[in-house]
Amino acid sequence: MKKTIVEKILSEHSSRDVHAGDFTVADVDLILVQDGTGPLAIDVFNQLETGKPANPGHSVFFIDHASPSPRRELANDHAKIREFAREHGAVMFDIGDGVCHQVMTEKFTSPGGILIGADSHTVTGGAVGAFAIGMGSTDIAVGLAYGKNWFRVPESYRIILSKGFRRGVFPKDLVLHLIGTLGADGANYKCLEFSGESLGHMSVPDRMTVANMSVEAGAKCGIFPSDETTKTFLENYGRGDKFKSIKADKGAEYEKIVEIDLSTLKPMVSLPHRVDNVLPVDAPELRKININQVFIGSCTNGRIEDLRTASSIIKGKKKHGNVRLIVTPASRTVFEQAIGEGILEIFNKFGASINTPGCGPCCGVHQGILADGENALATSNRNFKGRMGNPESFVYLSSPATAAASAITGRITDPRENM
Amino acid sequence: MKLTGKAWQFSDNISTDLICPGRYYHLRSDLNKLAKHVLEDARSEFAASVSKGDFIAAGVNFGLGSSREHAPIIIKMAGISAVLAKSCARIFYRNSFNIGLPVILCDTGKIGDGDKLNIDIEKGEVQNCSTGETLHFSPIPKIMAKFLEEGGLIPYLKKYGDIKI
Repeated sequence: MKKTIVEKILSEHSSRDVHAGDFTVADVDLILVQDGTGPLAIDVFNQLETGKPANPGHSVFFIDHASPSPRRELANDHAKIREFAREHGAVMFDIGDGVCHQVMTEKFTSPGGILIGADSHTVTGGAVGAFAIGMGSTDIAVGLAYGKNWFRVPESYRIILSKGFRRGVFPKDLVLHLIGTLGADGANYKCLEFSGESLGHMSVPDRMTVANMSVEAGAKCGIFPSDETTKTFLENYGRGDKFKSIKADKGAEYEKIVEIDLSTLKPMVSLPHRVDNVLPVDAPELRKININQVFIGSCTNGRIEDLRTASSIIKGKKKHGNVRLIVTPASRTVFEQAIGEGILEIFNKFGASINTPGCGPCCGVHQGILADGENALATSNRNFKGRMGNPESFVYLSSPATAAASAITGRITDPRENM
Repeated sequence: MKLTGKAWQFSDNISTDLICPGRYYHLRSDLNKLAKHVLEDARSEFAASVSKGDFIAAGVNFGLGSSREHAPIIIKMAGISAVLAKSCARIFYRNSFNIGLPVILCDTGKIGDGDKLNIDIEKGEVQNCSTGETLHFSPIPKIMAKFLEEGGLIPYLKKYGDIKI
């Protein structure tokens, strides 16, 4: 029987042939734990009383969500994570190292592998052809202890991409459009498998933005085949030996096929408080939306490509007086590149507040909580009520280009006017 | 497993940010304190008024968003004995069974706020004593039903030593 990408990966890791709908126990290659879910995962791991993690060198701990610690309670959580990693020889990324999903893709996640993470945006790893899924702390503790877990093999939706993006339109706009089309639960439990001629001109960072938000349509994972682009990406990070070609068999079964012509897409905006509540940026109802805070960063859009695009739009322009701009590079590597390319200087001159690499204000813990009634335009992934720390505030989502253009005008602005 | 209690009605798309708000991130290692804020942005009276054994009866896509297992944990700590929803987000669904909280997928449009329900998980029936109607639901996946029987994935592993498909 022909296989989808997910069926191939889960079969290889289960040492038997599995297909959509099957339940299986599979070995996991990598485990990701962050500071919001890690302390509970450690407690559960200790309850299991198995001693050491099955594979400490492939168990990766991050302090990225509340980083550096804004509170005593969180400082104690961080100390617990550091202590656990030290005791068991697990890999540790501490404050300033960056968002888990960015660092994992740069340094660890490989085509054909299984990554489980105690964070819903673990799906980002699908960009390099890995089966990467988010789970809760208990499942992650089981993965840590046993080096495996159980999975239900998901049905796949085949998303076929054709042609290229027009000027001012980016992968973020594609994924917002896709979520708007499918709905916030339109792909619940499913795998989104991307294919089509457009992949030839979508970089791994582009693919990361798309895979990252597949969970916002309810998907278990979003996965790209690995190809020459993947190989070059891995080589650039000194991991060329981890390359492995992985693609679906011709004739594999898909539950649904969605075709998207990228050349028809416009810049998109997601309106509060639902990610699937999307409109094109030139929709009349968006013209009157004033923005108090713009956030450029996160595991969705905090990469060097995003910072390059945004800085090219604001360069030489003046920030609107009513807008605060927060910029958070996604990793230490991105931070260093942005310094080297003079990008942080452009943001600084523009009047941005530049955060240490990490999740920044995305999840409402610190570094940019909104006031009552305020509107934010963010390049992150969620706009649920209360997401950015205040249930009386409103979060809009867009690409870095739209966010940058809006920081100049103080209202939601079509980036094509500035490019 | 047979359960009896009254229903608390919730809308569609109740996110983990509504169940367990990010602004209480610092309380995640103090679950008793965190549980006082469960669902407060969706129904502010819920945490103080919920009774042991009550049910949540929500619309579509309950628990969407983050992987935080604290969300089902504090729902269970509040006394909720089962979550009923038209549909449920994947990670929340799995997390709930892992901690021994059943999620039942059924037509909650036929359940009103405060309705008294009798649930028989093995039979796949929700009896609405307030309307006299009986709702049916598909069996819970076998492996998850096993976890539930043992009170969650950890007690299951303690008993069986391994995951058996």
